[in-house]
Amino acid sequence: MKVHTYEKAFLTVGALLLVGCLGALFYASSARGIHLPGHDAHIDPALVRQTPPFDQPGVHQTGPNSYDAVIIGSAWSFTPTEIRVPVGAEITFVATSTDVLHGLMIPGTRVNVMLIPGQVTRTTYTFREPGEYQMLCHEYCGLGHHIMAGKVIVE
Amino acid sequence: MSAATSAASARSALTTVFDPSGYEVDAAQRRILRWTIYIGYAALIAGVFHGLAQALSYGNIDILRYFPGLRGYYQGLTAHGVANVLIFTFAFANGFLPLLTARALSRPLNNALLYGSFASLLLGNLLVIYAVVSNQANVLYTSYSPLQAHWTYYVGLAFVVISTWLAAFNMFAMLAGWRKDHAGERIPLLAHISVASYAMWVLASLPITFLFLRYLIPWSFGLIDKVDPLLNRTLFWFTGHAIVYAWLLPAYVSWYALIPKQVGGKMLSDTFARITFIMFLLLSIPTGFHHQYTDPGIPAAMKVVHLVLTFGVFFPSLATAFSVMASLEIGGRRNGGRGLVGWFLKLPWGDPSVTAQLLAMITFVLGGVTGLINASFTMNQVIHNTTWVPGHFHLTVGSAVALTFVGIAYWLIPYLSGRALWSRGVALASSWIYTIGLLIFARGMISGGLAGMPRRIFRAQASYTMEAWELSGMLTAIGGFLMFVGIMLFFLVIGMTIFAGKKGEQPKDIPISETLAPAPRTGFAPKLDRFGLWVLAAIVLIVIAYGPFFLTYTPRFVSPGFRLF
Repeated sequence: MKVHTYEKAFLTVGALLLVGCLGALFYASSARGIHLPGHDAHIDPALVRQTPPFDQPGVHQTGPNSYDAVIIGSAWSFTPTEIRVPVGAEITFVATSTDVLHGLMIPGTRVNVMLIPGQVTRTTYTFREPGEYQMLCHEYCGLGHHIMAGKVIVE
Repeated sequence: MSAATSAASARSALTTVFDPSGYEVDAAQRRILRWTIYIGYAALIAGVFHGLAQALSYGNIDILRYFPGLRGYYQGLTAHGVANVLIFTFAFANGFLPLLTARALSRPLNNALLYGSFASLLLGNLLVIYAVVSNQANVLYTSYSPLQAHWTYYVGLAFVVISTWLAAFNMFAMLAGWRKDHAGERIPLLAHISVASYAMWVLASLPITFLFLRYLIPWSFGLIDKVDPLLNRTLFWFTGHAIVYAWLLPAYVSWYALIPKQVGGKMLSDTFARITFIMFLLLSIPTGFHHQYTDPGIPAAMKVVHLVLTFGVFFPSLATAFSVMASLEIGGRRNGGRGLVGWFLKLPWGDPSVTAQLLAMITFVLGGVTGLINASFTMNQVIHNTTWVPGHFHLTVGSAVALTFVGIAYWLIPYLSGRALWSRGVALASSWIYTIGLLIFARGMISGGLAGMPRRIFRAQASYTMEAWELSGMLTAIGGFLMFVGIMLFFLVIGMTIFAGKKGEQPKDIPISETLAPAPRTGFAPKLDRFGLWVLAAIVLIVIAYGPFFLTYTPRFVSPGFRLF
């Protein structure tokens, strides 16, 4: 099959660009420690509030400079609605839902995960700047979706 | 047949784009195809009114209370998504692709399948309209469980899918009949790419069909108590990324095979066009996990496999960019265009059908780039479920697809209805206003998304806001309003054409381009016509991409239905 020179050049450059972007992605994820949530743990959504660690929602120290932030999403609020975490500490968000799908997003950070009934979501982030951050539900969860919000205070 | 047309036919036969006998689809069948498309228009009209309300809500303007019969924002949001991307797109494709296939193969459509497809689409629509209007299906078009809609919603959507299958089987049957009569010949290109588009969709629709028949429909009837939300979400996106290509490929058919003729050019390469569509058949489906990067319960390594394949499916779109641009350049230079960009200005910008589709192509560049960013899991953690995402897909399905369907309609509705297009000027204005609106709208949504503005929220009533969202929300509202004006002008043109267009002055045939060189009869190229082989290859890729998940996943049926609306 005869391929036009320009077409060959265009497609080669295009393919190289795609491969280059993929390379950059893999570099970023390994060098900067950017990971996706994966398989973690199962939970019965009807028994979330009795099941550890969700029987004690809130922030718990787990190491010299690391904390778990245990959060429950249910229509239409987070428990707890406000958490306080230290600046510069490694915060692991551990979250789930008691009813429908919810989301957990903190604008200005890369904390952005889905809360799915039956599944435990885990993601880690270190806040470098003190301040007050919004914690929003970003998956449609019914009539009150747009009032489902909390706060993260980094101090 | 005059000497001139028979000479043209002989040339066409040589280039193998369509059967040269000058076949005209039967008038009764054309009427059904036209009414199939009208169902899509009825849905789109309803859908864009809701779209206007939603765009204004992002600018903190609440007009919902003035909507008759509407009880909430999310009811309108469900209507907007279902009507615009599920009903309008498939209704149009159900009318358009079988017509092109019949014309390309010079064969009549099967009446049972044609009427069946129409009836199924109509019935599906009536059921969905009942469910949404009666406020019993505010689950948004993604239908994520455990939010539970009334059974009419799920059954209605199932009938919409069945209508697409019947339209597809009609095309497959025509092709099978043609092959029997033309052993050893190349499939006419126009039929090849039309059939490839719906073959991909039929394959892609199987997971969502399983989801509806096995889980959601029995669950909505109360036959099963609980579902697995993660499994449901995974089955949805198994179909859900390929579905966007099912909307896009009919537009690509027009860009490849019709637009070159409309601009006075020719298709560059028969083989490349076929390769592109076969690549979409192969790569559209095994990419769904890139919609679930931030989901728990799916191992990250599996997400990475889908990431690589998603970057792969960008390649046929790159090839399309080159091929389509080259065929436009051939036309532009024939019209007297010179220099590096002169040919572009010499394209027939006065033809509303061409202009709408050129604008669709230009805006689609931004759609493609933002799509690659979505697929990059690093950036995805910034923009997932923010307004960035609707910003992106209004640049794809909202422009590449919608504007192309608008452009096609400017010859197709006259062709099918036997009436000349009403007001070229208003038709041109419609596309320009829509495009300008779209760019402002997308600028607003994309910048808002980067600043963490969530998608799918009733912003005018939200309990939270951020300063960075103010300008974004305003631009979204202004752009959305202009898009609404543009699409209303489109409906004015179509309505006036149907009722007041001059009878008998319509285009007499479908504008089908020739290729520069005929389709090769030897070597690799004829293998592109062996659909069975390519479908098999697609299934192998799907098994590689999804097999590990389904083999290791244990469903957990933990969620009863919730009606939080």
